[in-house]
Amino acid sequence: MTDVKKSTRRAFMGLASAGGLLTLTGCDKLISTPWFMNVIDSAEALSRSVQRAITGSRPVAREYAESDISENFRQNGTTNPQNASYQTMVANGFADWYLEVGGLVDKPLKLSLAALRQLPARTQITRHDCVEGWSDIAKWTGAKLSAVLDIAGVKPEARYVMFFCADPMGMNGNYYESIDIPGAYQPQTILAYEINDQTLPVAHGAPIRLRYETQLGYKQAKYIMRIELVDSYAKFGRGKGGFWEDQGYEWYAGI
Amino acid sequence: MTDISLSGGRKLVYRHRLVVRITHWFNALAIVCLFMSGLQIFNAHPELYWGPKSTFDHPILSMSADTDDDNNDYGTTTIFGHDFDTTGVLGLSSNGNGQMVERGFPRWITLPSASPELAVGRRLHFFFAWMLTINGLIYMGSSLLNRHVQRDLVPTKQDLSAVGKDIVNHIRLRFPRGEESRKYGVLQKITYLAVVAVIVPLMILAGLTMSPRVDAGFPFLLTLFDGRQSARTVHFVIAFTILGFSMIHIAMVVLSGPINNLRSIVTGWSSIEEDKAP
Repeated sequence: MTDVKKSTRRAFMGLASAGGLLTLTGCDKLISTPWFMNVIDSAEALSRSVQRAITGSRPVAREYAESDISENFRQNGTTNPQNASYQTMVANGFADWYLEVGGLVDKPLKLSLAALRQLPARTQITRHDCVEGWSDIAKWTGAKLSAVLDIAGVKPEARYVMFFCADPMGMNGNYYESIDIPGAYQPQTILAYEINDQTLPVAHGAPIRLRYETQLGYKQAKYIMRIELVDSYAKFGRGKGGFWEDQGYEWYAGI
Repeated sequence: MTDISLSGGRKLVYRHRLVVRITHWFNALAIVCLFMSGLQIFNAHPELYWGPKSTFDHPILSMSADTDDDNNDYGTTTIFGHDFDTTGVLGLSSNGNGQMVERGFPRWITLPSASPELAVGRRLHFFFAWMLTINGLIYMGSSLLNRHVQRDLVPTKQDLSAVGKDIVNHIRLRFPRGEESRKYGVLQKITYLAVVAVIVPLMILAGLTMSPRVDAGFPFLLTLFDGRQSARTVHFVIAFTILGFSMIHIAMVVLSGPINNLRSIVTGWSSIEEDKAP
């Protein structure tokens, strides 16, 4: 009997201290502790590997009907880069723009918009899911990223495809993103130059933006200038693999 | 475990096995953190829609802040086109420094309390989602194997015939004190079974439907919930259903003997009255 009472008392005290941890200030303090967030962030690797395992290496996002297309696809993130170099390109209709492909490739490339439009293309009506929670649907047409990579020849040590963009993000340099090689070879991963059968406008990332349909909106880099194949993204920006990743968002944006 | 006789016509009976007690508390922790981090995530876009995409002009529910003619800020919650003034709680509330800011849910119910903290909110949410899932699998797996579900949760025919009586007893706040309190009452059985077998699994599925990668692998989820935005709405509604369950659960714990109830879900042992000899 006394044993039961003792263990009850111990348990109550344990519960009370757990409850104390749960108070708001306690939680906020815990969240600002590095070791605690390291434990929390172990879930990202778990989500990534489990989602990969259960959905296969070449998942295909649902494609919608013309009638599902959003009337006004939301203009999000940068909608008009104000830097002179970009505005000059807009002024002459991207005639001088070319896409640079470099890094761990056999043959670095410089592709004009016309050359990009000659590559194997894909048109898809897909859903864009913003990390904030909203979704829009649009029809995208673009060159298959796999076709670009095949021409350049990806070296075996390459693990990620980096996208460097024209839009400056204040103190943090320009927007950039990264996806892995299997993601780059998913059939719906394209460099889109059209939205809803129209040339991609500045608001949506002219002249090209990435469409990587199995991940969230912040992966869909706009205003792409240069693609680089790398074995690690640690040396770019703050080392997390992308502009929003550097602000604390997960690199794996499939969830 | 054998009963332990106490003085005063009472005895201690072993009511909750270890796996139930451990998973109960991990579950409680996960649910609280999921609810609060979920509201933080919701605050990033405090609007709900139905269907595959966001119909921005016609949300089912939205929270926002605005300024009236006298230059006073106010918070509005709009549900199915009807506006409600929710200043101070929804749409507009304190940022902790006495300043009123536009935010969906207030700081005392979000995790982290500051807003916007979408990135941290998401990381916390997915960690505790895994805790809930793994903990739930341990609970469900062991409870099916040791027949806890079949023996203690699935109502018997006899139970079902006493539903009316159990409802009346709950309304009168009369709870069993003797041998009858060794097992769950029929309302308890039905509620617990609904939560563990229907509501929480539906919650997890609706959450997974918001993942674009999971959608690609399991497109039937989009059909099941009528689209990603409806899945988000269902997820939100179930969150408050689980909140409602939890509040009633805690109220029942308090009303039917809080110390004894807490002792039994912590140590396993519950004190009951010895039934008088017939």
